[in-house]
Amino acid sequence: MDAKEIYAALEKQFPGKVRDFKGEVLEPYLTADDDSIIEVCRFLRDGAGLNFEVLSDLTALDWPKEEKIQVVYHLFSYSRNHQIVIKVDLPRDNPRVSTVESVWKVANWFEREVFDLFGVIFEGHSDLRRIMLPEDWTGHPLRKDYVEQEEYDGISTQRAPLVEKLLR
Amino acid sequence: MNETAPIETGFYTEDMTISVGPQHPSTHGVLRFVVKTDGEVISEAIPDVGYLHRSIEKIGEKVTYHGYVPYTDRADYLAAMFANQAFCMAAEKLAGTEVTRRGEFCRVIACELNRIASHLISVGTFGQDIGAMTPFVHALRERETINNLMEEICGARLTYNYIRIGGVGYDIFTETCNRIIEFLDHFGPIVDEFNRLLSGNKIFIERLAGVAVVSKEEAFSYNLVGPNLRGSGIKWDIRRDIPYSIYPELDFDVPIGTAQVGTLGDSFDRYWVRIREMQESVKILRQCLKMMPKGPAIAKVPKKFRPPAGECYARVEAPRGDMGFYVVSDGSEYPYRVRIRTGSYTAMSIIDKLSKGIMVADLIALIGSLDVDAPEIDR
Repeated sequence: MDAKEIYAALEKQFPGKVRDFKGEVLEPYLTADDDSIIEVCRFLRDGAGLNFEVLSDLTALDWPKEEKIQVVYHLFSYSRNHQIVIKVDLPRDNPRVSTVESVWKVANWFEREVFDLFGVIFEGHSDLRRIMLPEDWTGHPLRKDYVEQEEYDGISTQRAPLVEKLLR
Repeated sequence: MNETAPIETGFYTEDMTISVGPQHPSTHGVLRFVVKTDGEVISEAIPDVGYLHRSIEKIGEKVTYHGYVPYTDRADYLAAMFANQAFCMAAEKLAGTEVTRRGEFCRVIACELNRIASHLISVGTFGQDIGAMTPFVHALRERETINNLMEEICGARLTYNYIRIGGVGYDIFTETCNRIIEFLDHFGPIVDEFNRLLSGNKIFIERLAGVAVVSKEEAFSYNLVGPNLRGSGIKWDIRRDIPYSIYPELDFDVPIGTAQVGTLGDSFDRYWVRIREMQESVKILRQCLKMMPKGPAIAKVPKKFRPPAGECYARVEAPRGDMGFYVVSDGSEYPYRVRIRTGSYTAMSIIDKLSKGIMVADLIALIGSLDVDAPEIDR
């Protein structure tokens, strides 16, 4: 199936829950409602002719101007050799979305990474801890307005530029 | 420590919590496991990653497209060429840049040499983890030759920065091509020797056969990729199924696990896929060197590289499987977001599940057979 047909199948199954299909771009994507993401994903995995066995990638994009964080799901089907990108828009001040861990197990680690680096809360996640950074780190580095903390455990995170040192 | 109920004989069994790593010879970089065991049997092995987090993705937002290529090297130091290629493919797709034909050949030659080098490290250290020291030295000796060839091609032995947007940094000269052929002639029999030394070894086989079996469903659900996926009997290779570069013109097989000595999807199957992939790479290299056309190695690409706003996801088949670069552009000189999706990350997430109920020694076999690579996990 091409992306258009996948969108049509989704629209038929979930009227009003999926929208903004963009088919004329490099990676065709659609936007799904944040409260229906589990059902949409499960349908994409099990639905006839869809067979999206794997979640290739799960990440997020920060758009401070639009006041939103987008969680991006890259799905792929080995048996049908087709793909689709699903996006979910979340408010930037309180990004919350259900976990898709029950559909694909790999979502556990992907979501932990997005939680760590973007601060998106995945509701119902079995083990939502930071994965890259230490537990007591403040802030979420991949947000556009992130400012690094000045020191961590008494160690400075800043260093004078080496060039200046040479010039002195 | 949790005490379990005393057995009638009066003996106690106690759960023990051990920290394996981050500086452990079999951890392939810097990673750590918190292992809970009951005697020799593991009840839980929780991976603790992040020791090598260098925020490569954040750096991507601060440097230009051209300037980001050397950073991609550091994502996976054993297979730097593939990260180069995936990022360049993403940038080219965004901007609609055409790669020159000779450039594509140079890319494939460099990548396949890199794949052999990476698999040699993988199978060599795997043997070492299991307790076979000699094959490791043999594997590294061969890898040294490849490093020399790489140095001849691009001036670097590990972090290449060879593939650039639009082609490759330097052309491959005829003398180098001849030396590559010399190496291939020498390497074919070496694989057989390696098989006699390690793959056919009774102790080695018994340590791996039937250990840490990954079923097809698990491989899908945890999104295992590359040799780990093919070890479970799924014939899927991006080079063949979502063709890129010049791979459609080349003739090669996709080896999959065949349950030769144990169960389908066990540690030996994953190992055996890597050995046969090296032989396929030799086949690919010979064809490339024969078919290589004349022409420029790199296309004319503007210094100020500004792809139009949009996003794209490029996949390549790296030695550790599907390596994906998700690049979002907002039309400026700098990428808006770069996301690197690596094979080791998902392979690492399955260890928790597979380690339940296996022996401590088998955990080491499991980590080695999945070929996880710490810098690629943490990025």
